[in-house]
Amino acid sequence: MQTQIDDAILVSNYINGDERAIEILINKHNQRLSSYIYSKVLDSAITEDIFQDTFIKVIRTLKRGSYNEEGKFLPWVMRIAHNLIIDHFRKNKRMPKYEGNKEFNIFSVLTDDKLNVEKQLIKEQIDNDLEILIEKLPKDQKEVLKMRIYQDMSFNEIAENTEVSINTALGRMRYALINLRKIIEKNNIVLTN
Amino acid sequence: MEQIYPKYQKQCKLIKAKPQTVQFILNYSKALHIQKIKGMTIESNLN
Repeated sequence: MQTQIDDAILVSNYINGDERAIEILINKHNQRLSSYIYSKVLDSAITEDIFQDTFIKVIRTLKRGSYNEEGKFLPWVMRIAHNLIIDHFRKNKRMPKYEGNKEFNIFSVLTDDKLNVEKQLIKEQIDNDLEILIEKLPKDQKEVLKMRIYQDMSFNEIAENTEVSINTALGRMRYALINLRKIIEKNNIVLTN
Repeated sequence: MEQIYPKYQKQCKLIKAKPQTVQFILNYSKALHIQKIKGMTIESNLN
């Protein structure tokens, strides 16, 4: 009973502007509330988060003047924490979190299809070298090759744009690739990733 | 005899929120100002 009276006085003092009162309230109920949250979530970091969110709600409600003093401060705080725990589990259900363990690492089956930094650098170098080599091609072949590779145009579209028949466009592409290979071989260039 | 202790001991651990967490809450409390003006509630955070 004494505890409830104390809480009621502290709450009233806090509402009247005594910041020290909330500190006493937090320290007083810290272990009880934290242990309660921990018993449900079994994770220290999540416990800290929920504890923090609980008191932020408490503070906002008290400062807004929406708290109805009935001598039940702790049960009210516990109810807020309980609701936040439910929210936490609901959120986790929507977005499940998986952590690997010693025996099984999730990253051994999940891979990122992006290149690593080294391969990315090599790829950029190859792309740059290729651009220089393409510039060495005859103008008509270079035009067709750029439209096909860089602009992803169909041979029909290339033929229309360059005002030649589709067979000529195909032929230019073929010669462009043959000539590129010749330049690469002639200069002993290695283009591999 | 009936098993009266919990199956998972870990669930009974007594823990406390870190002093940093408590300090954050206290700073939040000091920074938060709520005013009611003409029926409207205005919240401001003076950091």
